[in-house]
Amino acid sequence: MTLTSIIFAGVLTYFTRMTMIALISRDMLGDKIKAVLEYVPSAVFPAIIFPGIFINDYGAFIEINDPKIYGALVAIVVGYFSKNIIATILAGLISYWFLIFVIFS
Amino acid sequence: MLSKKQLFTRGMLDISPHMLSVIPFGIICGAIGVELGFNPYLVYAMSFIIFGGASQIVFLQLLSGGASSLVAVASVGIINSRHLLYGAVLSEYLEKLSFIKKLLISYVVVDQGFAESNKFFKKNRSEEYLHYHLIGTGCTLWVCWQIATLSGIILGSFVPEELGLKFAIPLTFIAIVVQDLKKLDHVIVMITCGLSSLLFFDAPFKSYIIISPLIALFVAALLLRLKK
Repeated sequence: MTLTSIIFAGVLTYFTRMTMIALISRDMLGDKIKAVLEYVPSAVFPAIIFPGIFINDYGAFIEINDPKIYGALVAIVVGYFSKNIIATILAGLISYWFLIFVIFS
Repeated sequence: MLSKKQLFTRGMLDISPHMLSVIPFGIICGAIGVELGFNPYLVYAMSFIIFGGASQIVFLQLLSGGASSLVAVASVGIINSRHLLYGAVLSEYLEKLSFIKKLLISYVVVDQGFAESNKFFKKNRSEEYLHYHLIGTGCTLWVCWQIATLSGIILGSFVPEELGLKFAIPLTFIAIVVQDLKKLDHVIVMITCGLSSLLFFDAPFKSYIIISPLIALFVAALLLRLKK
């Protein structure tokens, strides 16, 4: 790893952040595109959520009884009703820990 | 009308619950770099220059696995290309800013910050200094990320690996989208994205992270057409 490669990666990353904010004006995006962009959070974040649950550190699919699946389900239910971020994360983690340290240990 | 300071503070408060996942992830990210045998200064430089959690880990792993630096740089670019979508959404709210301010604010646009500020923007369109909310979320994330990766680099992985704290990352994003499960169209878009991400997980350069949102947005466009 060299500083040059980090700088290249950093410049590239900065361009992904800056391009649409600084170089695009509102008039360039039509109403239809704006309506579709309403879905960006729902269309992007599952690409982080699903692999984070269903794929392990070695790039393989997990088993159907993996504690992460249950942890995620608990988090979804708690998050849906509590509308609280901390409660959602803690509910997921604690149920996951309960499964790996108490039930499956 | 809220003042700049009030908006900035509101941004800080809105993003702070996510530190529960960001800080352990930052520590892990810093510790991995040192464990893989890289120069600690360079590992830290990534947090400052790239400033993107998942892409930093992939960058380290690819290089330690002997990949060409060209492949590693390209992968970082592709993983982070999702920011183009965030920028497209945010551009509407940041339009009035000067070009220089747009250039500066862009540096702190990160997943969770975008998600929370976008939620706030939608509800408070009329605020004059709206962008201070984004600066609040972005700066909080930035400071915590720098401290977390630095402590991981210096102290090593003092977060026990058995705790599996990487799992907090999907949980943080579940917390972000969970309220949209009330809307059927959003559920369809989410499932499309999630399943595509698993299907294309092995696509080169980690491109699943941009392929699956594009497929999901295409489905969203179809749904909008059906609704009419």
